[in-house]
Amino acid sequence: MKTFKTFTGIIAPLDRSNIDTDTIIPKEYLKSIKRTGFGLNLFDSWRYIDSNENTNQNIKRKDNPNFILNKSPYNKAEILLARENFGCGSSREHAVWALSDFGFKAVLAPSYGDIFYSNCFKNGFLPIKLKNKDIDLLFNLTKSNQGLKATVDLEKQFVETNTDNKFRFDIEPNLKVRLLKGLDEIALTLEYSDAIYKYERTRAKMNPWLFKDI
Amino acid sequence: MKTLYDKLWDDHVVHDFDDDTSLIYIDRHLIHEVTSAQAFDGLRLANRKPWRLNTNLAVPDHNVPTKNREVINDPISKIQLEALEENCKSMGITKFDMFDPRQGIVHVIGPEQGACLPGMTIVCGDSHTSTNGALGALAFGIGTSDVEHVLATQCLVLKKDKNMLVNIMGRTGKGISAKDIILNIIRKIGTAGGTGYAIEFAGDVIRSLSMEGRMTICNMSIEAGSRFGLIAVDKTTIDYVENRPYSPTNDEWVNAVNIWEKLKSDSDAHFDKVVEIDASKIEPQVTWGTSPEMVVSINNTIPDPAETKNSVKSEGYKNALSYMNLKPGMKFNQIKIDKVFIGSCTNSRIEDLREAADIVKGKKVSKDVKLAMVVPGSGLIKRQAEDEGLAKIFIDSGFEWREPGCSMCLGMNPDQLQSGERCASTSNRNFEGRQGPGGRTHLASPSMVAAAAIAGHFVDIRDF
Repeated sequence: MKTFKTFTGIIAPLDRSNIDTDTIIPKEYLKSIKRTGFGLNLFDSWRYIDSNENTNQNIKRKDNPNFILNKSPYNKAEILLARENFGCGSSREHAVWALSDFGFKAVLAPSYGDIFYSNCFKNGFLPIKLKNKDIDLLFNLTKSNQGLKATVDLEKQFVETNTDNKFRFDIEPNLKVRLLKGLDEIALTLEYSDAIYKYERTRAKMNPWLFKDI
Repeated sequence: MKTLYDKLWDDHVVHDFDDDTSLIYIDRHLIHEVTSAQAFDGLRLANRKPWRLNTNLAVPDHNVPTKNREVINDPISKIQLEALEENCKSMGITKFDMFDPRQGIVHVIGPEQGACLPGMTIVCGDSHTSTNGALGALAFGIGTSDVEHVLATQCLVLKKDKNMLVNIMGRTGKGISAKDIILNIIRKIGTAGGTGYAIEFAGDVIRSLSMEGRMTICNMSIEAGSRFGLIAVDKTTIDYVENRPYSPTNDEWVNAVNIWEKLKSDSDAHFDKVVEIDASKIEPQVTWGTSPEMVVSINNTIPDPAETKNSVKSEGYKNALSYMNLKPGMKFNQIKIDKVFIGSCTNSRIEDLREAADIVKGKKVSKDVKLAMVVPGSGLIKRQAEDEGLAKIFIDSGFEWREPGCSMCLGMNPDQLQSGERCASTSNRNFEGRQGPGGRTHLASPSMVAAAAIAGHFVDIRDF
């Protein structure tokens, strides 16, 4: 996994709460068996006026001119600003792949769906939890500053806008390290292979039915 | 002094790291076609093999057509189904194919086959894996990277959640089912109420529910924000598990039951949050909006955003009303239904079908309803319902009787709403476009949805 580096990018405000993963990437577009290409259908039902029932990637779609990500400069945004419970609902990791594929590197919201939050860290993508009052202020700042930019520094745990508003955030230490170092979690777990074998041997003695063939 | 969640967690710790996380052993891994292909690819790219083959069980459910499944018209669906077939074959993973009578919705067949048992850790790349928590198991949905992690290591790195107890006391009234209970809980605590918590459902009402009802409740714990829904083991659990194809037998059965009977929270266990629900006050519930927390009782009117003080919430209400094409103050009997769906991992088990059949018996689906369908959760449930005469009751009433699958719960297969269509549905999510782009979903219990099919709009099941 790639390492997470400090970056400066445009903030796209999406003033809604409870944005679910079905909305982030509708199920019609989950059928690819790859991890890439989902950015085209990010927020599909809000982003396009026409529906694409055949989910044909080659058809030119009609943009919804009122949707934020269709407006310049937000079509190049790298930070998404949203309200509480972002990414609730379905476990589909495609939601993170779609955000990432579009060009987003981080989300700012007061809270997240648990599975979405966990999925982000497997993909070098940073979901930042800010206080409600900070989110309110950021929404106001985006209104008065077209194309507001911010710098996201994970190492020092802050977001700073080009209007000099600085917001500190908390993050679980293990998740921070994982992003900064771009760790391969499976390789790390496999370093504990002996402990896993030992656990299996003990369990197999006590609860043999857990090891019956499916 | 431990909760059920604490006990299940402690039983599965392989290693505690010094950063608040633990390496947790996974007993059962269920696989479906939508969230697994990229995980199998990841394994191959890294030249890794599955850690333990005999714990994985795969089944196609999201993409399978519920009629004429010999021909898959959608080429992309076909690729996904074929990828599952090839991945399972090349790795040596057991899979029930589309024509196997045991095929069905992954969360339905796990318990049905005894592949999911009390005391297990159970994962699947699907948020409704929480359904299996009804068995007294630690069952939760994971993303595709974690599917790959489980395949490669049989473990996950997790941080322990907090404990929440939802106590449902008293007795439910006539016509109230498990679906009304869980919708009422979500109405009370909100879709983020359980975020960061494992929820244990307890109280007199839970004790008196069947396993099917308990699964309905745990299924929708994710709609209350929690990855884990849990219910303590009792006689109902043990009776359900006995004699399932993969359940232990003979001496092992006796041994297992001894262990499973301890799977309950200690009487002095600490919960970080406790919610009390008075069952006698629960009325038939129907969602009106685009989030499962946008739910009211059948006799309430559609709410007015102006009466909500919180501006973000009020804005959410306005968006939902606009999407659903509803106005504040409307009554449910003024809202015409276009399609009816009885099925999904929430409500497609035999008891749900009995409940719905009981309502429609001898009656006809309203001529205003374009399509009413019943989709059993598995091939075995389908057969049982046919043997019990339920299928005939549905067909005689004008319902279509389909093959098992996820069907119109999420529209990844041919069963979808057209834009603007309104559906009475026993499924679990009323998100925008969930049942088809532009489709409008109202969630309710099997009996409420069945009655809506007959009347052409929702009615109070207690007066039906």
